[in-house]
Amino acid sequence: MLRFLFRRLLVAIPTLFLVITVAFFMMRAAPGSPFVNERQLSPQVEKAVMARFGMDRPLPEQYLNYLKGVMVGDFGPSLKYRDKTVLDIINENYKVSLILGGLSFLLASIVGMSLGVIAALRQNRIADYATMAVAILGVCIPTFVTAPLLILVFASRLGWLPTAGWNNGAIPNLILPIVVMSLPQIAVISRLTRAGMIEVLRSNYIRTARAKGLPESLIVRKHALRAAILPLVSYLGPAAAGLLTGQLVVEKIFNLPGLQKFFVNSALQRDYTVVMGMVIVYAVLILVLNLIADILHAALDPRVRLS
Amino acid sequence: MSLADNIPGSAERAAPLGEAVKGRSLWDDAGRRLLRNKAAVTGMAVLALMVVLAVAGPWLVGFHYDTVTKTDVWMGPLTGGHLLGTDSLGRDLLARLLAGLGVSLAIGVTATAVSLVIGVIWGAVAGYVGGRVDEVMMRIVDTLYSLPFIFFVILLMVTFGRNIFLIFLAIGAVEWLTMSRIVRGQTLSLKTREFIEAARAAGLSSAQIIARHIVPNLLGPVVVYVTLTIPAVIIAESFLSFLGLGVQPPMASLGALIATGAQDMEMAPWLLIFPSATMVVTLMAFNFIGDGLRDALDPKDR
Repeated sequence: MLRFLFRRLLVAIPTLFLVITVAFFMMRAAPGSPFVNERQLSPQVEKAVMARFGMDRPLPEQYLNYLKGVMVGDFGPSLKYRDKTVLDIINENYKVSLILGGLSFLLASIVGMSLGVIAALRQNRIADYATMAVAILGVCIPTFVTAPLLILVFASRLGWLPTAGWNNGAIPNLILPIVVMSLPQIAVISRLTRAGMIEVLRSNYIRTARAKGLPESLIVRKHALRAAILPLVSYLGPAAAGLLTGQLVVEKIFNLPGLQKFFVNSALQRDYTVVMGMVIVYAVLILVLNLIADILHAALDPRVRLS
Repeated sequence: MSLADNIPGSAERAAPLGEAVKGRSLWDDAGRRLLRNKAAVTGMAVLALMVVLAVAGPWLVGFHYDTVTKTDVWMGPLTGGHLLGTDSLGRDLLARLLAGLGVSLAIGVTATAVSLVIGVIWGAVAGYVGGRVDEVMMRIVDTLYSLPFIFFVILLMVTFGRNIFLIFLAIGAVEWLTMSRIVRGQTLSLKTREFIEAARAAGLSSAQIIARHIVPNLLGPVVVYVTLTIPAVIIAESFLSFLGLGVQPPMASLGALIATGAQDMEMAPWLLIFPSATMVVTLMAFNFIGDGLRDALDPKDR
């Protein structure tokens, strides 16, 4: 187990290094500068500002300096926000995305898996068809359709929930964004769970468990589900990454101060260090969640050896 | 269904073996299974209808999608000869919807074609050549995977300006990654089969083997993935249009229409509802076809 973790981390490091390199040079190859949109700076001042951030150096040298910083956890100062480091900014903006993403992920996993199990147990009956109809709709209705429609119905017409805003994370403000974010995930998760369950319920060891006289609920919970969600686990890693890093459409429509909106603004303003910091956070999150998915996979399936 | 339908090796007949007994190929079987699938057939019919409507739109609807009529703003559906009503500039929604549908479908097909070509070649070469080459190529895929989509889009946009071809490029640049992974996985398992060994023994070069024997045998999973990529591209384009980064006005796409519809929904809900419904029906049609193809081409997965 420890050896596996170690090896996987070793493999992850070159990938992360490549991500940083590609993102760094792509960002710098794009035209524009972080200092143009402000009041027109005199050439001397601009030079001084560039020097302050080490941007008067040749690009390869800046790159090496940046890498050195990243290795000790220093992501540098923001180029746009005075006296703030990149880590400060990520810290301030991460909360909203983390809360929304985390809750959406929980909701999607619980509802999706429950629906999938119910559909599998009632295969080819009304509950199954209803669940799968919901699943197909969930896949086919993008968030930028569900979000305005739900706002129109539940906020504008019925007035039950606020139309938008964060409001310090008040629960009524969270409901619609979370529902919008989790619907497509519920769809996929329920489909994967159903397919897995149907396959597993046919297998010999489940027949054995039934023959032993175990109650059906125990068979489902202890024997079937564990094997049935194996294909799901590898899907959940990237899905969690997508939810946790925030969703631009949801943040825009519900006017939430999340990470993605900040990311886009920073990229448009060429706040190089902030953009790089967020790219790194995103990449690390994907790598870590995939690693967790692999570990979970091994924990659920004794045939899988982590090596 | 007879057992013979399921013999997995029947795909290998794609290899030129001279005059074989005329049998039912995998594709004949798959075609028959697909036509028995009501959802998939409905999906195909709906899509065909949509293509016809999108192409014939300008002749069917008495209004041009970009004609601004100041006297006709905010007209509800079925008023003043506007079947689906008009928008804030008095433009006919049906005309705009059909134009937008055409744009969305065109982008979906084109970007998918781009990602198909890159993804298949990349994955097949990596999988077939293997070793160092495979490792480097797949590391590149991993790297691009780990960069956020919106990052590519913004960089392309600030470098080259807003331009519809960039939308293809940005979306294609992301969508080929999954394709290459699927193709590589399939290639790895194909590579060890006897008919590839036979081709090698016959003295074919690697490039010939990839082009003549590997790629034709990959078609099954690739076709399924293509039908699922087109809706993914349509969603990606709409996502960009929704954020104002996609097709630029006065041009329309489903995403752009939904975006304006969402802004005006208090005033004119039909501007949101009709484009949304069109989008959902289109995506559903593609998904049904994709599911049908998967069932048809992979009998064990039912």
